[in-house]
Amino acid sequence: MATAPKTAAPASGRAATKKELSEHFKAYKHVWVFIEQERGQVHPVSWELMGAGRKLADKLKVDLAAVVIGPEGEATQSAAAESFCYGADLVYTVADNLLADYRNESYTKALTDVVNTYKPEILLLGATTLGRDLAGSVATTLLTGLTADCTELDVDTDCSLAATRPTFGGSLLCTIYTLNYRPQMATVRPRVMPMPERVARPIGRIVSHPLGLVEDDIVTKVLSFLPDRDSAKSNLAYADVVVAGGLGLGSPENFQLVRQLATVLGAEYGCSRPLVQKGWVTSDRQIGQTGKTIRPKLYIAAGISGAIQHRVGVEGADLIVAINTDGNAPIFDFAHVGIVTDAIRLLPALTAAFRARLSPHSRDRIAS
Amino acid sequence: MHIVVCIKQVPDSAQIRVHPVTNTIMRQGVPTIINPYDLFALEAALELRDQFGGEVTVLTMGPPSAEDSLRKALTFGADRAVLLTDRFFAGADTLATTYALATAIRKISTEFGAPDLVFTGKQTIDGDTAQVGPGIAKRLGLLQLTYVAKISALDLEARTIDAERRSEGGVQLLRTRLPCLVTMLEATNQIRRGAMADALRAARAPIVKWSAQDAGVEDISKCGLRGSPTIVKRVFAPAARSEKAALIESGEQPAEALIDAIFKRQPALETELATLARGY
Repeated sequence: MATAPKTAAPASGRAATKKELSEHFKAYKHVWVFIEQERGQVHPVSWELMGAGRKLADKLKVDLAAVVIGPEGEATQSAAAESFCYGADLVYTVADNLLADYRNESYTKALTDVVNTYKPEILLLGATTLGRDLAGSVATTLLTGLTADCTELDVDTDCSLAATRPTFGGSLLCTIYTLNYRPQMATVRPRVMPMPERVARPIGRIVSHPLGLVEDDIVTKVLSFLPDRDSAKSNLAYADVVVAGGLGLGSPENFQLVRQLATVLGAEYGCSRPLVQKGWVTSDRQIGQTGKTIRPKLYIAAGISGAIQHRVGVEGADLIVAINTDGNAPIFDFAHVGIVTDAIRLLPALTAAFRARLSPHSRDRIAS
Repeated sequence: MHIVVCIKQVPDSAQIRVHPVTNTIMRQGVPTIINPYDLFALEAALELRDQFGGEVTVLTMGPPSAEDSLRKALTFGADRAVLLTDRFFAGADTLATTYALATAIRKISTEFGAPDLVFTGKQTIDGDTAQVGPGIAKRLGLLQLTYVAKISALDLEARTIDAERRSEGGVQLLRTRLPCLVTMLEATNQIRRGAMADALRAARAPIVKWSAQDAGVEDISKCGLRGSPTIVKRVFAPAARSEKAALIESGEQPAEALIDAIFKRQPALETELATLARGY
């Protein structure tokens, strides 16, 4: 979960490193995924989690359940129906018009009540602004462990959830267990897990649970909601092609070389964390553990050394191309294709060469 | 008005090095800083105090050396600093951390006045969990506003606060009641330089130092390692891919050679890129 551990060595001498699950926790069974929807839109991270949850449930030989919380009516019903297409064995719903907008108080109540009533052993949520706001409150209410931003989820031989995440600012990975508390909670960032295939299936068993609140019980009011303009939104996480730059670019002015290549490729552009910390690029363009996780078909990293915190954000790419002056940079350990050269010099040539290669004119020539 | 700002002293992650053989963190000589995200919370709190009057108390839990970060916060203009330090707090995960911090905030409440607002940063740069803010709020029964881009109104008489909260697809304008916990989003303000008078005061100011007992911790088993439901079983560096990157010679035409290598590995990309590129 949690804050970074205090030593890098396995936590020896710790009181509860053995699994001694108390009797009342033994009733906790099955794997749950919280289905996040905002204004009728299910966040894709929820389906990605269903894919991961399905694997855990199969290993544990238990059910996979989706939890859909939202307003009464079409949006919540269709989210529940979709959950079956992404592998749910059953769906819990809390449908109430007080849940039309996300509010911490009402959603925490809804999810905590369902957990306390139906007792899952594992509960997964997306590490979005909504999921993190909710997960922290629910885990604290239930006094259980919560592991944030996992990059890998597995089941150990003793049936415990083994949740792996970067630690120490992303310089190492650690595997975290919640041995003696239930549910074992974890969040995963969008795009970390692959999108599972959608299989059309009929609606299965739906268990609805009441919210049990009236509007006066909820202190926080939503005065208005301003949706992002589509043009202002970067599609970095879901882009097919991404070009990113790092400290090897040397100066903020040189970052335009990255943007120019991205434009020619119809790609999204991004950067490594140091460029955000230096203020060269805005944080919505950051790729890595604390930024966006990407799974493009092609990822070109220019002047990025490839620290672990960056690596975990790009490893899902089909093809990783690294450009770096340092042949010993860690990025060459996980790139598929690399070139040891100065990105500042190569990028303009690469942009020109791609432009020539991809122009309709040159394609006609190839065809003829 | 009384505002408590929770900060954390963290290693400057840009300078963390991992021992290549033992996979342990080489801590020697790594400078510590105030978690950068916390500075946005501190500045937001100072701005409200400047506008509405009152006091800002900074609180941290950490080793005795975390006093440095508290003094730094005082140079920015915080009025009071509280250091929660005790070996019982060591090794805390986020649940145990929120227990200790919530206990300390209750004690601050009785000693220095109940806070109207508690601020934290969005997350820390070492743990990156974003869980401590919501956890403190839950334990203290405070309402919570996370990922706040802007505090648009504060009404101390009506006891309400309006804030713009970043959500995945837009911005929620929320109104809630005080006391409330706010986690500030990054890049929402710029930490002040701090006045000379504050720097002079900070150097000599007494730091309130509390052990677990001083802070009023009733159940020591809820603190530190013992109070943490999560257990770190293994820390490791990821393995390199079995197949190293195919290196392109940077000869006469490196760009063309690189493009050839890309399309050779992923032949379908050429058509897809041409289609994508035409969209622009």
